[in-house]
Amino acid sequence: MQNVMGIINLNGDEKLLKEITECRPLAAVPFGGRYRVIDFVLSSMVNSGIENVGILLHDKYRSIMDHLRSGKEWDLARKSDGLFILPSGQPRLPGSKLGDVDNLYHNLDYLENSRQQYVLLSGSSMVCNINYRKAFKYHQDSGADITILYKEMAENEGEQAEGMSLILDDTGRMLDMSFVSKTLGVKRMSMDMYILKRELLIEFVKECKSVGDTNLIRDGFYKNRDKLKIYGFQYKGYFANIHSLQSYYKHNMELLKVDKWQDLFMKAGLVYTKVKDEAPAKYQESAKVANTMVANGCIVGGRVENSILFRGVKVHKGAYIKDSIIMQKCEIAENAIVENVICDKDVQITAGKWLKGEKNYPLFVEKGTVV
Amino acid sequence: MQKKDCVAMILAGGQGSRLGSLTKKLAKPAVPFGGKYRIIDFALSNCHNSGIDTVGVLTQYQPLALHSYIGMGSAWDLDRKDGGVFMLPPYAREQGAEWYKGTADAIYQNINFIDMMNPNYVLVLSGDHIYTMDYAHMLNYHIMKKAEATISVMRVSWEEATRFGIMNTADNGRIIEFQEKPAQPKNNLASMGVYIFNWKTLRRYLEDDARDVASKHDFGKNIIPKMLLNGQRMVAYQFAGYWKDVGTVESFWEANMDLLNDEPELDLYNPNWKIYSVNPTRPPQQITATAKVSQSLISEGCTICGEVEHSVVFPGVHIGEGAKVKNSILMPYAYVEPYAEIDKVIVGRRSLIERSAKIGSSDAEIIVINENTVIPCESDIKHNGMVPKRQVG
Repeated sequence: MQNVMGIINLNGDEKLLKEITECRPLAAVPFGGRYRVIDFVLSSMVNSGIENVGILLHDKYRSIMDHLRSGKEWDLARKSDGLFILPSGQPRLPGSKLGDVDNLYHNLDYLENSRQQYVLLSGSSMVCNINYRKAFKYHQDSGADITILYKEMAENEGEQAEGMSLILDDTGRMLDMSFVSKTLGVKRMSMDMYILKRELLIEFVKECKSVGDTNLIRDGFYKNRDKLKIYGFQYKGYFANIHSLQSYYKHNMELLKVDKWQDLFMKAGLVYTKVKDEAPAKYQESAKVANTMVANGCIVGGRVENSILFRGVKVHKGAYIKDSIIMQKCEIAENAIVENVICDKDVQITAGKWLKGEKNYPLFVEKGTVV
Repeated sequence: MQKKDCVAMILAGGQGSRLGSLTKKLAKPAVPFGGKYRIIDFALSNCHNSGIDTVGVLTQYQPLALHSYIGMGSAWDLDRKDGGVFMLPPYAREQGAEWYKGTADAIYQNINFIDMMNPNYVLVLSGDHIYTMDYAHMLNYHIMKKAEATISVMRVSWEEATRFGIMNTADNGRIIEFQEKPAQPKNNLASMGVYIFNWKTLRRYLEDDARDVASKHDFGKNIIPKMLLNGQRMVAYQFAGYWKDVGTVESFWEANMDLLNDEPELDLYNPNWKIYSVNPTRPPQQITATAKVSQSLISEGCTICGEVEHSVVFPGVHIGEGAKVKNSILMPYAYVEPYAEIDKVIVGRRSLIERSAKIGSSDAEIIVINENTVIPCESDIKHNGMVPKRQVG
């Protein structure tokens, strides 16, 4: 895989994620107790042997840069290759049509100067733990121009999924691709991950730019689907597409199942993230915790059920947390009750407060709020 | 190399033989502690938090674990362009090779290293103590008192005083007498094994000491008494707070258990004084629906399905459904099968306690299970003599 470079495109549709992406791109949204969404794709790339990764930034990028820094945690702080931050050339104005083509075009030097022959281009809303080696081998063996990774959705999953659906023939060649929303259902969901030759990507970027097209996938790949050999490669491991607050909530909660936890965090390789040097989680005498994922640095004195506590959360004696996601450094004071709630970072729920959302519509508490 | 104000030298070569099988394959400073750390993390983190960026680590006994753990020091922010961490094991020279014969000899043999850094002060530390301390504060005190040497001391109980080096001081903090493990202590100010010296002075004493064939080449036994005898200006710096030398299995166990109080004396959660360590890449811990956890420290990557009470659990440990873990320390990747019951046990790295095994009791001795050991199903172990030595693979 040394012959493959990775590009993670942070330019995605985030409007359904609402407040949670107000101050950060989706890639930087905290996920799974101690990670950010980008950690999964980035770690997968590194674990697959990719040594050159570019991060295509769009806007609101302070938090992602703070998270990635030199790339050391992913072993990407290297003398040659390593991590490259690729900012967009101009800020996106509200309502403007700048897309990933402009972004890639602005960073054409990086693409042209990289020495790898292939590119793995990935979106940033997918949570998975994948060994790309198999997909890359498939790409080489099938002689495809572009290989799109997809996930076969189980019947009940597909109905709630949102994203690009692939229609393939018997040989795996893509016939069509369509955007689907909740109502239609998806059978083969595109993971928004593409393997192609670097030269081909450069060609697409230049071509799209020259005619004023903005969206690489739609205007570059999709429009040329008849001329190109586009194949699908099926990924079979853990997969979650974070496209709305509901799906964010659901997929976090899913990790409370031991098998899902194993699949996402251990199966294909370990997942790296920024280290915070937190002490082990502390359970006080009054703690009552069940079916919960707890990160280091937490101090738990209260009752916690079916929930996820990120790093450094304090749950005081007498507090009760149920079916909730509590992000980094939140503090839940004495006798507060929190149910079906997503607390963003640094939220304080003061003594005796009662917060309740619904299972299918969790209550979101913005970063730094004192309730 | 820029001139350094203060260089820290951490003595980390000790075997810690009273820790028994805990130090069979690693030096005492490398023994895991507190659910995620190794003992030396405290000295290294204190250095980082005190603004000391040049640290020599003197190793000798079983250095592999320590060397690979510390690496280039990035976990403690000690991978620096100018300075950083230096691993200093004994080495061969023209006249042949020699082991470090004592604490003072270890520093003496590294005079070249310290000269290269050219510091004004040398801070000598022990790599096997658990405490948090601001060395910068102590250094300021040393400078303010215009001392040649400053020794950190703390009050201990009078019974304990017989186990320590005791400092008798005048009102101005100046040390007038030093008694090593006195039968009849005149004072209860014990030396913590933390010293600051003016490098030029210490260098001279080390060279004299090296020529003295009768010397044990030890700071407490030789260098400090000699400096006092010669009337050097030496002061005591009084420390108040948690400090523990985990010299025995009992004190190691106790120091771990000390962390489990709701308000422990040693604060691991102070954001302004973090204890740094090499972090395992593990997901958050899973506490399943059948689990019960209280008064415990649990680390990343653990899966807890059983009961854990008053215990310290390192990363990657699995505790099966119906298992009961009490008053115990579980080292990384230990595996406790369902319905096993352990009480007052130290379970070594990657050891396996099989189904329904019963080990220890809260009113008996601490049972130590080596790393990679299998305790078979249904066994009933009441004392250390009954622990099988069979190893996994």
